[in-house]
Amino acid sequence: MNQLTIRKSGVFFALVAMLFALFTAAAPAKAADDPSTYAYTIGGTLLNNDVGVPDVTITATLDAFKSTTKTLEDGSWEIKVPNPGVYTVTLDESTLPAGASMTEKGGNVLQADLTQTDFAAVLFSLGAAQVDTVNWGDQFMIALFAGLDWGLMLALAAIGISLIFGTTGLSNFAHGEMVSLGALVMWVCYPMLGLNIFVSAALAVLAATVFGYTQDAALWKPLRKRRMGTNQMMIVSIGFSIVARYILLLVFGGDTKDIGGVGSPINLGPVMTNDITLYSMLIAAVALGGVALFLTKTRVGKATRAVSDNAALAASTGIDVERIIRIVWVVASALTGLAGVLYGLQFQANWLTGFDLLLLLFAAVTLGGLGTALGATVGAIIIGLVVQLSVLFIPTEMMYAAALVILIVILIVRPQGVLGKKQRIG
Amino acid sequence: MDWLNALNLTAGELIGVYTAAYVLAALGLAVHFGFTGLLNFGQAAFAALGAYGYSIATLTLNWPWWAAVLAGLAASGVFALLLGIPTLRLRADYLAIVTIAAAQALRYAFSASDYASVTGASNGLSEFGESFYSLNPIPKGRYDLGFTSMSENELFIRIIGWSLVVIAAVFLFFLTRSPWGRVLKGIREDEDAVRALGKNVFAYKIQALVIGGTIASLGGMVFVMSSQTNQPSTWGTNFTFMIWTILLLGGAATILGPIVGGMVFFALLMFTQSVMEGLVKMGWLPFLDIAQVGQIRFLLVGLILMLLVIFRPQGIFGNKKELQFNG
Repeated sequence: MNQLTIRKSGVFFALVAMLFALFTAAAPAKAADDPSTYAYTIGGTLLNNDVGVPDVTITATLDAFKSTTKTLEDGSWEIKVPNPGVYTVTLDESTLPAGASMTEKGGNVLQADLTQTDFAAVLFSLGAAQVDTVNWGDQFMIALFAGLDWGLMLALAAIGISLIFGTTGLSNFAHGEMVSLGALVMWVCYPMLGLNIFVSAALAVLAATVFGYTQDAALWKPLRKRRMGTNQMMIVSIGFSIVARYILLLVFGGDTKDIGGVGSPINLGPVMTNDITLYSMLIAAVALGGVALFLTKTRVGKATRAVSDNAALAASTGIDVERIIRIVWVVASALTGLAGVLYGLQFQANWLTGFDLLLLLFAAVTLGGLGTALGATVGAIIIGLVVQLSVLFIPTEMMYAAALVILIVILIVRPQGVLGKKQRIG
Repeated sequence: MDWLNALNLTAGELIGVYTAAYVLAALGLAVHFGFTGLLNFGQAAFAALGAYGYSIATLTLNWPWWAAVLAGLAASGVFALLLGIPTLRLRADYLAIVTIAAAQALRYAFSASDYASVTGASNGLSEFGESFYSLNPIPKGRYDLGFTSMSENELFIRIIGWSLVVIAAVFLFFLTRSPWGRVLKGIREDEDAVRALGKNVFAYKIQALVIGGTIASLGGMVFVMSSQTNQPSTWGTNFTFMIWTILLLGGAATILGPIVGGMVFFALLMFTQSVMEGLVKMGWLPFLDIAQVGQIRFLLVGLILMLLVIFRPQGIFGNKKELQFNG
């Protein structure tokens, strides 16, 4: 397959539905029995030769749930649904006006995937079919750009995991919750309270930092003092991640939040992007550069690397290991909070965002070599690219799975990671 | 508040079919972690393969119940081999990350819409219990046990589930006291020493992984058989971590531990949930609504897991000397 074909009808563009999606504000969190308060929305605009088609019956079903609506005068329609899931959306062909027909036979039954977001656009295509192609090279460029964007964001959080693992030996399963916290505090400050975007970002990063510092002081430091084994600490971190995740759910609610809104579109050749994405990438790159300088040029950074290498030896040369670990927790949680802010601005976020990313972060850290900060960056960018480029070959739903398979393969072939030092692993 | 109802619900959990399913999976994990020291964070995948093996064999291939059970066992056995052969040579924490990654990747595959005709994608599969329930010798009707009542099929699946628990427990009791079981414990305590004695450590680990995995797949089959629905969302990481909590609650290197751990765990969850729901209805917890009480349930799971590992890693029945989180 060297060409990807996108079918579109002669009469309308996906753009209509996208605009519609952007103007649909996030619905309230709690689903009562009143359909107007349902948190999830399926919608679209039914057009025939650029003219809205009114009074067509559209039905959404999932298991026992069923809801029906009619298109309005301008062809637009929406159905509120209570739960996430993949809904089947059916257009009743018998209600189409004379002269209008589906572009494809069977095109009146489509799927609306509400497992990741709270809005799904469903576009029924009327009129004669036209075939429009995006050539494979352009597809590749688009995926490459998305992969780089993802990789930079993952790198910010992965460095945090890597630094903490390097200095304390803890594989922290509660790391994803710092990403979620950053994104959700950003949501409270920026779209909800309407604060300045930079002030909001600073507050979100601060919240994540305080969370990281406190959890080290209250939980991990006492456990280190008891000389708890690293595997035991890993299981404690799993328990802690569950607690933290459900507290986030109780505090912020379960719906997916739109944080960044629409940026101004910018086209870079075949890649259609916006200013939010470009600024995010720039900020991530600057932050990563800052960490690299910190680790290689400053005294504290050098001490950090010494502790990572051999904590006992570092302590014997007069380095205060506990102080370094405190600094590492602060830096790591600040970077991870920033990753959450950037993720939230570009995509949407909810209480599970960080947990969904966690395995990718582990994949990145392991890929680069556990405990090396530069390795984590390289690993994260590779994972970001793999995840996005895999979409060219396998179903989109499987893109995370691709990264996990890569992780497993790397562990088997080169368990010390791409940049890790060779040592006995088994 | 209706205390009697809360207590009845709690007692119902003690013999609940989901409790039996989790206990089976926890017994499997006891073989992996308790006796061999393998950090398997993908137990949900073994249970899922049992469930999918059974339901796909029944629905797509129209196999009878016994062949479908074998399909479920075989699926998770093969998965254990595929997972184990490359990864059991790795360090313990790497094994943890690989198993959790493999379990998640498998779940993504089960929910992918491309294979919907076989797996039912995110909606899952349902109505695959006919061949199994046709075995039910119990006459039709409602059966009242005092604290709860159930239909003949609900009673049947409970009997089968708990019988499997007993069979698995007896099997593991003798297995872990055999020479073979002593080698496993030796691997847990000091792998190199066992290797120095000329034992093939890798082969023992693979065998342990396969045996624990197939027991967990029985748990998966029991789990989906009670409601005859099998959805990919069931088999997430929450499932795995609940099994870990149950195992650590009872005691990892014991046979009785996972069984009592599972009963205590679900009874405790149900009791706190009913009490909190009662308090919410009485308006004593104004900052919560009923839906949030269910969320606090999971919060408790995490809290129990943390506190157990910190303060009583050997669990209710365990011997502190027998529990080592190696590494």
